[in-house]
Amino acid sequence: MPLTTDPPAERTAPERAAPAPADDPPPLKVVPVRHPWRWAAVAVTAVLIAQFVHGLVTNPAWEWEVFAQFFTAETVLKAVWVTLQLTVYGTALGFVLGVVLAFMRLSASPFLRWVAFGYVWAFRSIPLIVQLLFWFNLAYLYKRLDFGIPFGPGFFHFDTMGLVGAMGAAVLGLALHQAAYAAEIVRGGVLAVDAGQLEAAAALGLPRLRQLRRIVLPQAMRSILPNATNEVISLFKGTSIVSVMAIGELFYQVQVIYGRNGRVVPLLMVATAWYVLLTTVLSVLQHYVERHFSKGATR
Amino acid sequence: MSTPSAMVEARGIHKSFGSLDVLKGVDLDVRAGEVTVVLGPSGSGKSTLLRTLNHLEKVDSGSVRVNGELVGYRRSGNKLYELRERDILKQRTKIGFVFQNFHLFPHLTVLENLVEAPVAALRRPKKDAVAGARALLDRVGLADKADAYPRTLSGGQQQRVAIARALALEPELLLFDEPTSALDPELVGEVLDVIKDLAHRGTTMIVVTHEIGFAREVADTVVFMDGGRIVEQGPPGQVLDHPRHERTKSFLSKVL
Repeated sequence: MPLTTDPPAERTAPERAAPAPADDPPPLKVVPVRHPWRWAAVAVTAVLIAQFVHGLVTNPAWEWEVFAQFFTAETVLKAVWVTLQLTVYGTALGFVLGVVLAFMRLSASPFLRWVAFGYVWAFRSIPLIVQLLFWFNLAYLYKRLDFGIPFGPGFFHFDTMGLVGAMGAAVLGLALHQAAYAAEIVRGGVLAVDAGQLEAAAALGLPRLRQLRRIVLPQAMRSILPNATNEVISLFKGTSIVSVMAIGELFYQVQVIYGRNGRVVPLLMVATAWYVLLTTVLSVLQHYVERHFSKGATR
Repeated sequence: MSTPSAMVEARGIHKSFGSLDVLKGVDLDVRAGEVTVVLGPSGSGKSTLLRTLNHLEKVDSGSVRVNGELVGYRRSGNKLYELRERDILKQRTKIGFVFQNFHLFPHLTVLENLVEAPVAALRRPKKDAVAGARALLDRVGLADKADAYPRTLSGGQQQRVAIARALALEPELLLFDEPTSALDPELVGEVLDVIKDLAHRGTTMIVVTHEIGFAREVADTVVFMDGGRIVEQGPPGQVLDHPRHERTKSFLSKVL
């Protein structure tokens, strides 16, 4: 019964509130315990931060005028746009395929479950950069893509190089990589929804798709969203890997510029500032989307 | 005791989970407009039996008919073919089910919980469904909670919403799976009152419960189950006051 150690202090209060005998003692002041070392830690941390900021401002090697010159330069803005496109297409395609894979893994058919598992296994195992280079060289493997009856005649065909350009290969690589992770996140979210919810929906005779769209997914979104935002942000920064394919996204463009003018640090800061800025926007967006899906929740 | 007017006819229901035989050949008849209360110790198979009646649980053998229609299967010759999910879902709209833990949809308001099935499953116009839902909420005494989210309600209120949600489909038959077992004792009465009111209106109901007093007051038939079988059944005066089987006697002596 550890609870009985504290209350005596409280029990004295009503006693004192009752009519006091002769002389009423003054009310007692409560003094919290002091934490001198906490203040010392605060002081040390504050000095370190001040030094860092001071260095940023006064060290000429940061070359802030070069940063300012290139931060909104047209080539950089174009590169930011390419980065955003890679992120949006990669995320959209990745999550559409991810949802399909997640429901395959939750399917009653062992075959579908194993195919989805195999996909996730394979694409989580191969480093993204290896995959990207692989897709970039797809034309070397398959010169022509035919569409038609499997193992039978083809109806129309494309040159692989024409259909899958550098940008296409990059989006494909990012999306296929993303799908493996998205599948697991969506599956986790669906599993987190109480089984009773599906049962109640089934007992009410709701059509199968409606059960998923209206009952399960909105509730699953609560646990999907934090992880999904992580993935989107990680993909957004991961687009810098695409620079190995000579696509004019942010990081590649910055490298091109400092290769020309030698101003490495300020140009890396240009890229850093854009990544930080856009990640912040995503985080704010996450807050509002999560709020939308927390309707009726108590925490 | 099979009668031509039986609304529910369960015949030879067998069900096992792995090596555990939960139902070992259960026959049950329920006439239209009657209240059947199923009693029995936990693990006796009463909840499983209830769940086979709307095909939430598939049977290993046996058949269930509601209003003469096979539930979950189509008969051809001597074989029962399981229906497509879409057809089973359609059958379930005629059989209301109330769960022990309510299972309200937490992200939808009380009104949205009630409107969902009539609109999505029966394709009623939204406006009619909303009007019907409000009337039902009024009936269970929760008209002022239409826009509340389930988690802000007490357990008793949530269960009354869950009953209203089942009623919104205007089912021919209502199944209750221990509707008061998850409730604080002082909240049991308000839920039982709603169920009693339904009984007085002549709703056909099967109620799995531990509330002996409720069984005595409302039931037309009391069914006592033990070990996956129906041990005895009859009017409450007979089963509760003059049980013929030892197992019934010992169960009642423990719960009364």
